[in-house]
Amino acid sequence: MKQILSILVENQAGVLSRISGLFSRRGYNIESLAVGITEDRSLSRMTIVVDGDSRTAEQVEKQLNKLIDVIKVRRIPSTDLIQRELILLKVHAGQNERPNIVNICEIMGAKIADITTSTMTLELSDTPERVELMVELLRPFSIQEMVRTGMVALQTGGDTISGAKKQG
Amino acid sequence: MALITVAQAVLEALTAQKVRVVFGYPGAAICPVYDRLLDFPIRHVLVRQEQNAVHAASGYARASGQTGVVFATSGPGATNLLTGLATAYMDSIPLVAITGQVSLDQIGKDVFQEADITGAAEPFTKYSYLCKDPRQIGRILKEAFYIAASGRPGPVLIDLPVDVQRAEIAFSYPDSVSIRGYKPTFAGNALQIKRVAEAIASARRPLVCIGGGVLSAGAGAETARLAERCGLPVVSTLMGLSAIPSSHPLYFGMLGAYGNETANFAVRGADLLVIIGARAGDRAMATPSFLEKRSRVVHIDVDPAEIGKNVGASIPLVGDAKSIVSQLLDCTGRPDCGEWVERLTRKREEAEALWAQRLSPPKPGFIHPLRFMRRLSERLASDAVVTADVGQNQIWAAHGLRLRQGRFLTSGGMGTMGYSLPAAIGAKLAAPGRQTVVVCGDGSLQMQQMELATLCQEGLDIKLAVLDNRSLGMVRELQRLQYGGRLSASALDGGPDFLKLAEAYALPGLRLTEEEQMEEAIRWLLEGSGPRLLCCAVDPDERSL
Repeated sequence: MKQILSILVENQAGVLSRISGLFSRRGYNIESLAVGITEDRSLSRMTIVVDGDSRTAEQVEKQLNKLIDVIKVRRIPSTDLIQRELILLKVHAGQNERPNIVNICEIMGAKIADITTSTMTLELSDTPERVELMVELLRPFSIQEMVRTGMVALQTGGDTISGAKKQG
Repeated sequence: MALITVAQAVLEALTAQKVRVVFGYPGAAICPVYDRLLDFPIRHVLVRQEQNAVHAASGYARASGQTGVVFATSGPGATNLLTGLATAYMDSIPLVAITGQVSLDQIGKDVFQEADITGAAEPFTKYSYLCKDPRQIGRILKEAFYIAASGRPGPVLIDLPVDVQRAEIAFSYPDSVSIRGYKPTFAGNALQIKRVAEAIASARRPLVCIGGGVLSAGAGAETARLAERCGLPVVSTLMGLSAIPSSHPLYFGMLGAYGNETANFAVRGADLLVIIGARAGDRAMATPSFLEKRSRVVHIDVDPAEIGKNVGASIPLVGDAKSIVSQLLDCTGRPDCGEWVERLTRKREEAEALWAQRLSPPKPGFIHPLRFMRRLSERLASDAVVTADVGQNQIWAAHGLRLRQGRFLTSGGMGTMGYSLPAAIGAKLAAPGRQTVVVCGDGSLQMQQMELATLCQEGLDIKLAVLDNRSLGMVRELQRLQYGGRLSASALDGGPDFLKLAEAYALPGLRLTEEEQMEEAIRWLLEGSGPRLLCCAVDPDERSL
């Protein structure tokens, strides 16, 4: 089962390696990890998706809380979150394919980020499921290369991670 | 404000932290700090290998209750610390290790004696710093000492590039720390305390299981008082040994794979297990899932991540053992468990009566290590510090020694061979007035024998009892039991004559081969003045239990 962890950390060198090291050391699998700076420049926020049961997730949460650089950890229930992932996709697109690809982009709400005589680079920000669907729809058009950011997520409603108390 | 170098600031900070002794080994990249050291009244103990500086600092920390400090140089000096750091990390010992590093502009270029020590030590340290900004040194040191000693203690590493050590700064040591991501819980939650008190009061077969956390919190006396007030039987893990005197009527010994019968019987039969400052590791509790089902489990630990990691807890309680046990003392009623304690007491008496019979009779040319430990502990000073190494000697010491107000120090979690002598050096420096005895095997002695030189250089009165079976006894035992007796690489035939080795360091030595000479030899060891080495011949086929 997928568990989504939102983590507020010190924005400084070595933090990412401490966190990824903890996961590999304790045998937890990271499905995706996304990180970026927050409204407070001294803090970064990570969204980590791990595969495991709730006991594993609880252990991950406790171990993360032990790291000095970790300020807050929150497990977000999959029902209470806004999740987004960004994908960039370069597909083969000659004159014949172009209309069909443009059509898919319109349906999916994707943008055309770049175009050449033989390729198109598409951009979509959506839920991981919709991103997956986009990939499937474009597979017949020969995908040249693609990159995904991994999921970022925020809890729905007025609640914030700062409202969650760090344990220990 | 007058400018001083970072190297001097380090020593000012150590002085402010009341550090009296530092264990270390110099090299080019830490020379600025060593140079300033001459101007400070801090004793430096020059070990013969960096790993032993960490073990010595660990022994110092455990015997003094203060944070141990280590210096080492960059590259191999720093990487040699790793086993020591891992050992201290597993056993939750507060240490601050300061390593030299190549200069800032050379980091990452693979220059001479460069190693990424903060990266390498990451899994074995509570926290680490690479100090790039000279002005941060005060904050870093203040934080390092705070992190090392608070919450669940552990080693902290500070990597100091050599040019940073030489940099001049306006220095003042901070009075306080504030680390937003680190707020250890100290006192227990009042509601949980109440639940634990109720669980204890209503139990019929309660059992308290103590671990190293009781010792690191200094909660031995409180725990004994709780046991007495509520009539609770107590067992201990290897790390908890000596928190409660072996002779205490409510104390039933060490549990686990190498534990004693009565303690393990108590664990199996309890309807309430109160674990205090123990992580319920595999050697102590092989089948935690069985325990969860059989009994209610109260788990008290300063580290929330330990609760529920190995054994599921019905009542978790996060906090410092001393504070929590004191809270429990105020509110816990006495359960109706007299019958249970009587049963355990009878069991212990039976086991004790059988104990001597179960040991093999004396064999010519050898002494029995368990009989030796018993006799040794009868002669030990009541507050003696005994360090035990790893292997059969550790199990024999853990079982045979009867400690009163003394301390038992060993590498419990990591099982690091070569711990006992450097740890004893540290312990002796922390408590010069206490008798200090090393118990080790011939294998472990050969992993640390270079530290005999440190012992001599520092003029420390440490007694060594070497259980010499000319083999790696624990491995040999395992190979006999589980590998059909195929003895692979477990003979140590090339070992030296330890008496001649002792002589090389001008230490008196004595060989003990017959049990009738045991009493006299133990007297020679303990009552004679100054350091000395007693080499006891042990049958290589002797089992640990």
